[in-house]
Amino acid sequence: MTNQALQPAIAPAKPFRLNSNQKATLLFFIILIVFLTLWELGARLNLFLPIMPSASQTLKDFWFWISDPFFDYGPNDKGIGWLLLTSLRRVTIGFCIGSAIAVPLGILLGLSPVVSKAVDPFIQILRPVSPLAWLPLGLALVKDSEKTALFVIAISSIWPTLINTRFGVSNVDTAYLNVARTLGASRWRTIKKVILPAAAPNIVAGLRISLGIAWLVIVAAEILLSGGIGYFIWNEWNNLKITSIITAILVIGFVGLILDRLFALLQTWVSFGQRS
Amino acid sequence: MRAHTLTLSPPMETTAAHLSIQNVSKVYAGRNSFIDKTLRRTSPDFTAIADISLEVEPNTFVSIIGPSGCGKSTLLNIIAGLSAPSTGAIVLNDKPIHGPGPDRGVVFQNYALMPWMTVAENIRFALETVYPNMPLAEQNNIVHEYISLVGLRGAERKHPHELSGGMKQRVGIARALAINPQMLLMDEPFGALDALTRGFLQDEVERIWEQDRKTVILITHSIEEALLLSDKIVMMTRGPAARIAQVLDVPFPRPRKREELDQYPEYHELKAVMEHHLSFETRVVEESRVKAGV
Repeated sequence: MTNQALQPAIAPAKPFRLNSNQKATLLFFIILIVFLTLWELGARLNLFLPIMPSASQTLKDFWFWISDPFFDYGPNDKGIGWLLLTSLRRVTIGFCIGSAIAVPLGILLGLSPVVSKAVDPFIQILRPVSPLAWLPLGLALVKDSEKTALFVIAISSIWPTLINTRFGVSNVDTAYLNVARTLGASRWRTIKKVILPAAAPNIVAGLRISLGIAWLVIVAAEILLSGGIGYFIWNEWNNLKITSIITAILVIGFVGLILDRLFALLQTWVSFGQRS
Repeated sequence: MRAHTLTLSPPMETTAAHLSIQNVSKVYAGRNSFIDKTLRRTSPDFTAIADISLEVEPNTFVSIIGPSGCGKSTLLNIIAGLSAPSTGAIVLNDKPIHGPGPDRGVVFQNYALMPWMTVAENIRFALETVYPNMPLAEQNNIVHEYISLVGLRGAERKHPHELSGGMKQRVGIARALAINPQMLLMDEPFGALDALTRGFLQDEVERIWEQDRKTVILITHSIEEALLLSDKIVMMTRGPAARIAQVLDVPFPRPRKREELDQYPEYHELKAVMEHHLSFETRVVEESRVKAGV
């Protein structure tokens, strides 16, 4: 008699299974299709204002903008690539100004509990202010609309970096500081070789949030300006071209995602070995 | 090899140091201000260690052992200069100590290696800090010499998170020795290691100490560790207000081998004395904790 268990198993029909990634991808497409279908139906059945385009119309216009990003037919008629580059330049400059203030100030506050306590009320009051509220003040201060945009981007992007830098610097592991002290390291050497590398992951985390905010603020900052993706949104609103606005929203979101990923890479690089 | 080091490190002679601990006590102030009194949240002052005096002769290896919470680490931090004594003074080679300095190398219990530096960079950081004018080639020589001394050749470019606990502490020891301090302070250096690694590192420390007999103060919980390594063992009473209960001389000849120690009749006597003292002190501490409801 042969043992049933030793018989070569006849492969049973393998049930069709998806792993979790495949399931998520599938669900992503289902949500997307349901969303687009509802949108299309809503537009066809006139549930929205007449200016609201259908999904198919929007996709067509979206492709128009994406397929040829670098055309230039005069100052008010440029491809979305040029608009993006203009906006990216402004965001980069504004973000750099903001960070150039936030990082050194954050280090100072982190090193000195007294200064930190003294400055804290200013930070807490100014931090939650909307970027839009800075616009008139900026214009009054720097007089020029281009500089006002940079001012708004800079001041909005200061806070996360400032607060994270202060936290990182004031919370360096005492073990590292004790090593520096027992070696008789100077204050400057301790800051340069111990405190800054130890705080670097926090500082970069702050910069990453700040860059996200700087990019978020671009639409508000470009109300007063010409050129740039924010200006494009305001301009196309005047033309009642909602398809262009939706295109710009998607492009802004996508670029924001790329910027965030870049800083995430930088973050893993500076926190090398510190998370173990 | 040693002569090489002597010529490499001119700023300080390797003549080891005489350390004198004079009537040192440490009191942590309780809450006793006017505001605390009105809010009824006063707490009494806490005396960690009281009136400790000890002479540590040059080139001796001294262990301090006592029940947990007896202020051993407080005493070591005061000697290291990381914390100031409330009364008394620490005198190193006839000079009173005010604050930390590279004349005392410290090995920390939690290794305290900079995670963003490699093994070699961690050691070089110490060297550069203490001897800022040392030429690079000389730094490299010393770094490599101490990496070989602690048996880490081949791991120079590894980062701390790639090392085992035992390897990390070997870097800690190399870093403390590389600056050629007059004495070495070790705060439960093997406390976080498993028993086998701990035994191995104790043997390593014994081997290294035979090559370079610095004055060493070792804080430990382990009776075997103290007996293997020390010339003198300082037993402390329980805290608060911990004092020195007794100082034992460990007469075994060097170099010592762990396996051979129990041949000496004194080994068992010393061990019995220490075990008796520690178990008594620990029992009292535990009983008082139970009563206090901690």
